[in-house]
Amino acid sequence: MKKRTWLAMILAAMLILAVGCGQGNDQAANESGFKVGMVTDTGGLNDESFNQTTWDGLERAKDELGADIKALESKQDSDYVPNLTKFAREGRNLTWAVGFKHEKAVPEVAQQFPDVQFGIVDSNLGGNIPANVTAVTFKEEEGSFLVGAAAGLTTKTNKVGFIGGINSELIEKFEAGFIAGVKAVNPKAEVISAYAGSFSDVTKGRTLSAGMYNQGADIIYHAAGGVGKGLFDEVKTREAGKFWAIGVDMDQSRLAPEHTLTSMVKKVDVAVFDITKSLKDKDLKSGEHHVFGLQDDAVGLAENTKNINPDVLTKVNEYKEKIISGDIVVPTKVADVK
Amino acid sequence: MNVVEMIGITKRFPGIVANDNINLAIKKGEIHALLGENGAGKSTLMNVLFGLYQPEEGEIRINEKKVMITGPTMANELGIGMVHQHFMLVQPFTVTENIILGDERSKGGILDIKQAEKEIQKLSDQYGLKVDPSAKISDISVGMQQRVEILKTLYRGAETLIFDEPTAVLTPQEIDELISIMKNLVKEGKTIIFITHKLKEIMRTCDRVTVIRRGKVIDTVDVAGNDENTLASLMVGRKVSFSIDKEDAETGETILDIQNLVMEKGNGVKVINGLNMEVKAGEIVGLAGVDGNGQSELIEAITGLQSIKSGHIKLNKQDIANQRPRKITESGVGHIPEDRQKRGLVLDFTVSENMVLQTYYQPPFTKGMSIQFNEIDQFAKRLIEEYDVRTPSIDTPIRALSGGNQQKAIIAREVDREPTLLIAAQPTRGLDVGAIEFIHRKLVEQRDNGKAVLLVSLELDEILKLSDRIAVIYEGVIVGWVDPQNATEEELGLLMAGSALEKEAN
Amino acid sequence: MQSLLARLNKYSGATTAIISILLGMVVGAIMMLAAGYNPVAAYNALFVSALFQPYDLGETIRTITPLILTGLAVAIAFRTGLFNIGVEGQFIVGQLVAFIVATQLGLPPVIQVIVAVIMGGLAGALWGLVPGFLKASRGVHEVIVSIMMNFIALYLSNYLIRTWLAKGADSTPKIADSPPLKVDVLSQIFGGSRIHLGIFIALLGVFVMYYLLYRTKLGYELRAVGYNPRASEYAGMSVKRNIILSMMISGSFAGLAGASEVLGTSGYLSIEAAFTGIGFDGIAVALLGGNTPLGVIFAASLFGVLNYGGGNMQFEADVPFEVIRVVVAAIILFVAANISTKIVGRFRKQKGVKKHG
Repeated sequence: MKKRTWLAMILAAMLILAVGCGQGNDQAANESGFKVGMVTDTGGLNDESFNQTTWDGLERAKDELGADIKALESKQDSDYVPNLTKFAREGRNLTWAVGFKHEKAVPEVAQQFPDVQFGIVDSNLGGNIPANVTAVTFKEEEGSFLVGAAAGLTTKTNKVGFIGGINSELIEKFEAGFIAGVKAVNPKAEVISAYAGSFSDVTKGRTLSAGMYNQGADIIYHAAGGVGKGLFDEVKTREAGKFWAIGVDMDQSRLAPEHTLTSMVKKVDVAVFDITKSLKDKDLKSGEHHVFGLQDDAVGLAENTKNINPDVLTKVNEYKEKIISGDIVVPTKVADVK
Repeated sequence: MNVVEMIGITKRFPGIVANDNINLAIKKGEIHALLGENGAGKSTLMNVLFGLYQPEEGEIRINEKKVMITGPTMANELGIGMVHQHFMLVQPFTVTENIILGDERSKGGILDIKQAEKEIQKLSDQYGLKVDPSAKISDISVGMQQRVEILKTLYRGAETLIFDEPTAVLTPQEIDELISIMKNLVKEGKTIIFITHKLKEIMRTCDRVTVIRRGKVIDTVDVAGNDENTLASLMVGRKVSFSIDKEDAETGETILDIQNLVMEKGNGVKVINGLNMEVKAGEIVGLAGVDGNGQSELIEAITGLQSIKSGHIKLNKQDIANQRPRKITESGVGHIPEDRQKRGLVLDFTVSENMVLQTYYQPPFTKGMSIQFNEIDQFAKRLIEEYDVRTPSIDTPIRALSGGNQQKAIIAREVDREPTLLIAAQPTRGLDVGAIEFIHRKLVEQRDNGKAVLLVSLELDEILKLSDRIAVIYEGVIVGWVDPQNATEEELGLLMAGSALEKEAN
Repeated sequence: MQSLLARLNKYSGATTAIISILLGMVVGAIMMLAAGYNPVAAYNALFVSALFQPYDLGETIRTITPLILTGLAVAIAFRTGLFNIGVEGQFIVGQLVAFIVATQLGLPPVIQVIVAVIMGGLAGALWGLVPGFLKASRGVHEVIVSIMMNFIALYLSNYLIRTWLAKGADSTPKIADSPPLKVDVLSQIFGGSRIHLGIFIALLGVFVMYYLLYRTKLGYELRAVGYNPRASEYAGMSVKRNIILSMMISGSFAGLAGASEVLGTSGYLSIEAAFTGIGFDGIAVALLGGNTPLGVIFAASLFGVLNYGGGNMQFEADVPFEVIRVVVAAIILFVAANISTKIVGRFRKQKGVKKHG
């Protein structure tokens, strides 16, 4: 009995410890009648990634459109359906489902509530988009191409690294774009790739990046969520100006200000705000797939470019123009990289 | 003059009154026995005196001054020391280090071990304890460890020493030595309170005895002029018979036949080293020996709980060595294990469930896959009645029963199976006189029914009283066979200590 | 007074549980007040919504379903003195195998579901067999082996999904339009929620565990080995065999949990970055439920209500997720630590000694 109580107490204590520090979502007491909801994936609101940037987009909608906004965090995959349902039943004008993990839940709920609009970030639902759903994806390969070009021009060792989270179609777009970018500017350079098999294992991220740096890579780009934190932890221990990390999704330079070459930002907030606004303005055509790329200024280098050589930046910008104009088509599969 | 006086002490625990208005007066310079069955309240009373419990009512006077004893330290200051049944010694430390532990006298923050060692040597010589202050605890014998405990109390200035069941762990020779030490202590002006339930030791040692039964003082009497029988009936509350009436054994065929048995521990050390013995139908063979000479291993080998290296164990001419325990049980071996709580019972099971521990899978207790609790309950009801197991109900977890009743339950279960060989290991350890009497009768009854009984016990009394033949085990071999009719404890004690070889050489 | 105390004592299990929940809620309320949220609205959302609206009740039951089964899995292993921390992995393989059977074998619909459920349970049993066997034969601690088996299950599942079942995508196609264990009638009774037949599998599991433990000779052995392996050995039972069997039965409950989840709730598998946590919750459920079949139902219900109702707190009372987790943890901590027993015990003790002096 004693042993059992003891174990139980440890477990409960672990539960409490597992609770991260977070902040409450601002409550908008808006009376505009335009209500927008958002359901996170299991990453939660403060994931330093698309959940967080989607919320930024909604906050902008609150400020500029007077929308009433609210978010629900999902603890497990099985929470997506009830969370989406709650917003739909409440009569939200639009509910955003963040992340491709929602791709099964969104059509299911959308069918039940045909009069309510839904948006999904990072998935095109395999092409079958119900009439009341708007799918939003990004050309991550284009942004990744640009940071690849920056890396290819900056590397001294002609060796750069890529760390992915879990091997999937989405993450492969980052990898393919990055490799294409590196090769485009520096055909001699070699790209080492590795997948962590996780989006949260910080230690794994650190081990992988230490290995790559030790193999001679001097720049590593990650598309691995929380795993990326390990990359920044590792690069900070190495000589500044010689070893670099490239962040993803948002400007991650604050994690290692002297070691962050740049970040491939994915402006989910821009996309989410645009779609939300067009719904408010009643000119949204739902049931469609919207792709945001360089030309929408929805992907690209972080604004903060202090660590990039100006010549490199100029070169990178030239590539940016070529992609927008269609002269360069960036591959989305590693196999298609020439 | 009374050095210790306890007046009207009452101590309650949830559900029971452990001490009920107890009066006790100890005269200076006497050895005063505190006699009572297990659970009578002796230890509680002494823990009150030692400051470990606070009584609800009553007062304590030391040297005729009223005191409140709030803890052991305070008891020490008042000149009361306790020699615990379970030693509280740090094995890798030396005698001196153990003695000064908790009472380190330092000079300017530096421990003066040399000085302490000198003092301890002096105390040891004064009372004839023969302890080497610089020896490590792990290197000295149990009897010696006990003397270290005695020294510990003396070093702290004890005038009155409480001995809590001190002889339970000792060989007969060691007991003799302890008794002479106790007499030395009294000669030097100390006073001793001796907690025990062994009547013989009281008769040999004590001046007066206070008998406690169910939390109450029954009487305080002088030892001179009383005999064991009087004391026993005071303790139990009824007449107790000590001698067992038994006819001479009518032995039949050899039931258990062990030849050249060798057993090894994991590290290759031989714990049983070429042992031979046999037990016939209709006799009780007593296996005497100091604890740790291979008795446990031998029993576990016969019952299949440990595997053997070589040799034969034959039961009714069938070799059962290295068979599975269930096979051996089924071929007619009953086993009252030495550790009843760890081996013999599942304490969290009910009385009923424990009664079928080896037979639960057989009809009528199991039909197909499912257990028939009705059958089991009926069976258990019959057993607790026949064997006088006192339990609130058959659905009570057996944990809640007293040690004596737990043991009776085991005996009921083992005897009722009608085994041809019954092994009883320490069957009465820790039990009170009443239960012991019952168990002894049952063992003799089995013998008279023509079963072979192997009795393993550390209590020589018991061995001498019950056995038809006695085998003495020492370092894994039988060093001699003794006829209980002609043997003395001293003789047995010498054999047990390993002096058989010289004896046989004579 | 005397009789009241006696009665309190008699029902102390349930009473202390309720007192513990209330105490936990008080602490949670204090924390919410300190953080500036309305505890009344929050608790209203937590309990009332989760239990009194058909849709939410249905979803609550759906949340409870796998917790009962994983709770049983942990509980039965505990009964044999084993700590099966591998429930998570057994859950994952149960899910994986059930999905494969349901999608790859092309069996007729009803048979397909039945076979999938059974195979899911067997897969879990197999996953439990490994640590059980290693414990029995080599003495390797089951905790270590089963943790490793968790990782093997997770990455094996991810690998098979990526390379085979999902053909490169992040998640597999659905088994069918609607999960096979989902029954429209049931769903409609509960406002269109995703409640499914898994709850009946879980309740059947509770009955099986009860019957097995208390009515069969195997259960007698399992309990004996759990309470006292040395006495069991003395009684001629094979401790090793019971260890292996216990782990297999435990694993099969976990496997059934996985099968019921994939066949009833989601209908597809996806590549998972981390463990689902349902298996680990099972540990807490078992401990809270005192490792008894009935206790597991209650504990799973408490967890289910807190898990699902926690979402409602967020939705209706605007309490952020982090605060909800703290409140939920406080309630569980109080139940687990059983502090109310101490309080009740102290009360009795004071009564007992008040005559002192």
